[in-house]
Amino acid sequence: MNRFKTLTTATTVLLLTAGAAHAGATLNAIKERGFIKCGVSDGLPGFSFADEKGNYSGIDVDVCRAVAAAVFGDSTKVKFTPLTAKERFTALQSGEIDVLSRNTTWTSNRDSAQGMNFAGVTYYDGQGFLVNKKLGVKSAKELDGATVCINAGTTHELNLSDYFRANKKKFTPLTYEKSDESAKSLEAGRCDVLTSDQSQLYAQRIKLAKPDDYVVLPEVISKEPLGPVVRHGDDEWLDIVKWTLYAMVNAEELGVNSKNVEEMKKSTNPDVKRLLGVEGDKGKEFGLANDWMAVVIRQVGNYGEIFERNVGKDSPLKIARGLNALWNQGGLQYAPPVR
Amino acid sequence: MAEHPVTPAKPPFWNNPQVRAVLFQAIALIATVALGLHIFDNTQDNLRRLGIASGFGFLSSPSGFDLVQSLIPYSAASSYGRVFWVALLNTLLVSALGIVLATIIGFVIGIARLSRNWLISRLALVYIEVFRNIPLLLQIFFWYFAVLRAMPPPRQSLSLGDAVFLNIRGLYLPAPEFQPGFGWVLAAFGLAVVLAIALTRWAKRRQAATGQPFPALSASLALLLGLPLLAFWLAGSPLVWQVPELQGFNFRGGWAVIPEMASLLLALSIYTAAFIAEIVRAGIQAVSHGQTEASLSLGLNPGLTLRLIILPQALRVIIPPLTNQYLNLTKNSSLAAAIGYPDLVSAFAGTVLNQTGQAIECIAITMAVYLTISLLISLLMNGYNRRVALVER
Repeated sequence: MNRFKTLTTATTVLLLTAGAAHAGATLNAIKERGFIKCGVSDGLPGFSFADEKGNYSGIDVDVCRAVAAAVFGDSTKVKFTPLTAKERFTALQSGEIDVLSRNTTWTSNRDSAQGMNFAGVTYYDGQGFLVNKKLGVKSAKELDGATVCINAGTTHELNLSDYFRANKKKFTPLTYEKSDESAKSLEAGRCDVLTSDQSQLYAQRIKLAKPDDYVVLPEVISKEPLGPVVRHGDDEWLDIVKWTLYAMVNAEELGVNSKNVEEMKKSTNPDVKRLLGVEGDKGKEFGLANDWMAVVIRQVGNYGEIFERNVGKDSPLKIARGLNALWNQGGLQYAPPVR
Repeated sequence: MAEHPVTPAKPPFWNNPQVRAVLFQAIALIATVALGLHIFDNTQDNLRRLGIASGFGFLSSPSGFDLVQSLIPYSAASSYGRVFWVALLNTLLVSALGIVLATIIGFVIGIARLSRNWLISRLALVYIEVFRNIPLLLQIFFWYFAVLRAMPPPRQSLSLGDAVFLNIRGLYLPAPEFQPGFGWVLAAFGLAVVLAIALTRWAKRRQAATGQPFPALSASLALLLGLPLLAFWLAGSPLVWQVPELQGFNFRGGWAVIPEMASLLLALSIYTAAFIAEIVRAGIQAVSHGQTEASLSLGLNPGLTLRLIILPQALRVIIPPLTNQYLNLTKNSSLAAAIGYPDLVSAFAGTVLNQTGQAIECIAITMAVYLTISLLISLLMNGYNRRVALVER
């Protein structure tokens, strides 16, 4: 609540007072400050989650670390700000954060009217439903009349209404600001169903007291491409965030990972040489060190490594690659070439 | 020696106090307007630069989301402007109910606080000290997460005569469904109200003229109850009750009081009542004890003394701070956002702001609405205060 108010005030003040920024202002400000301000979620295992010592982990967190590695050559130079779904855009618009990496869905309205630019897709997701097994529901089609918990300020609010309208079914929405509150409501039985991105449902399920009592329904009712977001109007900064992501995807495709990156520098493959800054000056063209992509891969890893350790087979979530496999392995992850 | 009258040199115009006063005000006005224009211009400029849409056009586009409670017809196909009205009505509903409840509880506790019965006055004291010293947000959480979460699931609802049901989803009440002919009952009630007012006036006049009392209160009550009942019977009972029924996941039909609303209302009224109780106690204690003694020695019983002598005088002291409490309650209702009650802050300054990204417009509208509501309450209470204020002759 209070943070929301502060944020809103901050936006208003900033929008009222900020002078016109010029391209490159974000990068200059970050370099001067010495760290990147990154907005993450208020606690979603696998995506951005702080353990009891305050150490953040997750795919979204690793994206920010990778950007820090690109800019400073040091992946630890990030300050994370946990944000609710409702707070996130205001925080970005007002300059409270430099990059929003918080399982945010890429939509036309956010790209246009809300003044944001999406730097790519870190996770192809879709909205699903989590229900208590006791209800005996096998499909979302049986949810007529159900009470559904949602998080405020998400695309889920809209998709949910669309889905029930399209299927001529009724429901009662219960909109909470924090994902923890909606999870608690589901546990208490205040709502029958929790709806969110499927990945989030898996993540929230392991936070429940009895995860095995709950089941994710098979239906996926929407497209939710999740990715990092920056403010509209600073193309240089957008390029850096975008290509940090592409560097990690390209690295996986070329077989470069955090362990073999030094060895791969000796590779004869010109694609690998360009990626790692051994040949040409592709890195410098971003206004960064020539080997910044290599630093990103060494310190944070390639896309596959990040996926598996946070949400994939090396994590408690055990989510299959599915749509998030590389394009040449049946998935959608595809990065333009470094050239 | 004759003294020449010395005409002082005319002071320069900037030393003339009247000119100065106007000049400074003009400068202040120009500076304020210029600052305002600059801020407006700069904001527009920055919004354009950041590519953020501005203006109020969004209010007519469809919202695309649903709300848990709306007093007027609303669906996902309705506009953002409609969301505003739904949210505003929800805020007004909880504030109005809260003000009524808080006033009743507050007056009862405040009077109990002064009771000569040790137990009653101590209990009132404990109530006041406990509820006014715990932050309101915590109290809302207490009612929402601790008390109302302990209710049974819908399929094991507590029920009263198979018509009223209580479960974790809320309190379900039968809803009246008016059949044609119910208008007669309403008309009879209206007639009864007019008759009751006339009767009371007549009784007062008669008592003033002849000293003979007339039981106007009980006669009026009889009229108010009797006439509509008679009309109801003559019109052939034009009313059926729609009883809530368990269908699938939830109860359907009837009226539902959702727990979000119930906990917000409980917390707001109980919290504010603690402050009102103290105001009432202070107001009563401000009436000199001689008034009580005089009244008692005239033969009025303690109840009549309280009603006719003390409260009217105490109200003069009570009303102004009471207004503050009403304003606080209304503004505090914005804490609804914490438990998902779709009030103005939660549904409009929250969801709508987020779905449209038009922070400045949404926040400005919301602030203007709270300001308007507060000023209206203030206006009404000031009017009432003028009526009860001491008329000095």
